[in-house]
Amino acid sequence: MHAPDGFIDAPISAAAGVLAAGAIAVSLRGARRELDERTAPLAGLVAAFIFAVQMLNFPVAAGTSGHLLGGALAAILVGPCTGVLCVSVVLLLQAFLFADGGLTALGVNITTMAIATAVTAYAVFRVLVTLLPRTRRSVTVASFAAALISVPASAVVFTLLYAIGGTTEVSIAKVATAMVGVHVLIGIGEAVITALTVGAVVAVRPDLVHGARGLRQRLKLRVNGELVDAPESEPAPARSPRKVWIAGLVASLVLAGFVSFYASANPDGLEKVATDHGIDEKAEEHPYADSPLADYAVKDVDDERLSGGLAGVIGVTVTVVAGTGVFWVVRRRRTDDGSGEPGDGRGRSDNDDSGRDGGGSDADSSSTTSSPV
Amino acid sequence: MGAGHAHRLYRHGNSPVHRLPPHTKITAVLAFVLIVVSTPREAMWAFAVYAGLLALVAYAARVPPGFLLRRLLIEVPFVAFAVLLPFVAEGERTEVLGLSLSVEGLWGAWNVLAKGTLGVAASVLLAATTELRELLLGLQRLKLPPLLVQIASFMIRYGDVITDEMRRMRIARESRGFEARGVRHWGVLAKSAGALFIRSYERGERVHLAMVSRGYSGSMPVIDEVTASRAQWSHALALPAAALVVCLLGWVL
Repeated sequence: MHAPDGFIDAPISAAAGVLAAGAIAVSLRGARRELDERTAPLAGLVAAFIFAVQMLNFPVAAGTSGHLLGGALAAILVGPCTGVLCVSVVLLLQAFLFADGGLTALGVNITTMAIATAVTAYAVFRVLVTLLPRTRRSVTVASFAAALISVPASAVVFTLLYAIGGTTEVSIAKVATAMVGVHVLIGIGEAVITALTVGAVVAVRPDLVHGARGLRQRLKLRVNGELVDAPESEPAPARSPRKVWIAGLVASLVLAGFVSFYASANPDGLEKVATDHGIDEKAEEHPYADSPLADYAVKDVDDERLSGGLAGVIGVTVTVVAGTGVFWVVRRRRTDDGSGEPGDGRGRSDNDDSGRDGGGSDADSSSTTSSPV
Repeated sequence: MGAGHAHRLYRHGNSPVHRLPPHTKITAVLAFVLIVVSTPREAMWAFAVYAGLLALVAYAARVPPGFLLRRLLIEVPFVAFAVLLPFVAEGERTEVLGLSLSVEGLWGAWNVLAKGTLGVAASVLLAATTELRELLLGLQRLKLPPLLVQIASFMIRYGDVITDEMRRMRIARESRGFEARGVRHWGVLAKSAGALFIRSYERGERVHLAMVSRGYSGSMPVIDEVTASRAQWSHALALPAAALVVCLLGWVL
């Protein structure tokens, strides 16, 4: 049902284009919230999945077959914003690469097939999931209803656009009856397949189903024959980095200042081997051998141990100050760098993984490799 | 990935049309289609001239007519719809070959057929002369949000991988004696789709980690910045300019 050029007149196509652009802008923001900086690869791969699954043919009967449209499926699996983005990207590339759907009708197509389906499906899904008991089965039921409603909803939006800007005078009642009638039939197929697919994903990786994130089951313990809620496993209390920092600093100062009192005065392994085998005959004296801290002793302090300790303390202090300075400069530059996202990516994606660790048994291995076929 | 990264519609060549910077071509095609859509449908000769203009471009791009016509087949579903229009539309009716047809419906069918075909032909020409990556770079030059361009490029890069994965799953099913014959087998196919989703998502996570470990920080570097000279712009925009003249004539005459 990709509308071609000339199906809807120019002003309405333009208006739908503006609407679609606005919705995509909102979805880009929303997708960043849903996936943060993993947006590009993940949304891209999900779009590729939608593209592929549209090619998966489901035989109906006697040689006819249908395929999934995927708007509802995408919205339920990865969230409404990412869903809208993925389906829109699929439509964009279909228009540009495969000439499937007109270029001027792109706005119309995105409005009807990406926005209308994904938003309706997600709204219905959320409402049902909150109303129904929190079980896996109700996720399946909710996705059935969501997909069932989303397809005729898309047909209704299309009929609306056609009523305002259709190029041929066909009675709107006729268009509406035909479109909605056909699409209810398509919707039933879409609903069955979407529900089965979501059910299959929920059974294996419930953490991946965006719409089912609130369904985490509390762990139950059987104590003396009755079920008791397991105590919530407290997330490890975030240790203040300042404490760690101070403890580390004190430890290094102690090590450098006092323990070096008792440190072996013997040369370390490499130095010993070098001396034994005469390698170091060629070794030149280091250009800074004459510096005030050369050979880990402070010049002009005669007590050997005191001098060693003092050198250690000074060394640690200088290292800490220099290191902190470098770190501070780097971090400052990185925050200035335009993206406006402090912190590095790895840490954030870790947080995300633990965040969507919903009640599955084997849910928390985000880096499982897919088994070869 | 055995198919390489050239899409099926691309036709390798070194014609003047191939060499134009992508964003000028995209602008030209968009403007052309827009002009075609806003032409009055009664000006039948105008559409013939548009078709002639496209034929000239195809000749300049050395795209053989057979290739172009085969690609037009994607339109067939709309043709079916257009054929229905004269029967269901309202208004005064006329007799053609003993059938009672609506005049308005006939005009509507002509409108959809002519404009739809020209639109498809224009985008087929664009796709036949522009590589995928160039197309995306062109869209980025035209101020499409970079994140959207990145998503699209990931979809294109991994589309073949995911499709192949689906094909391998089908072969695995078939080699175990499964053949989907009707509604009763939807469960199996849906489980395959679910497995495909999990594999795609996990692949996305791995791709992201691999990118982060290579220094990705939210934006892709653009290595070859394409710029268009004034001459290139004028070459590309010759097509919509000619179409605009025809369109204005169509409104006036």
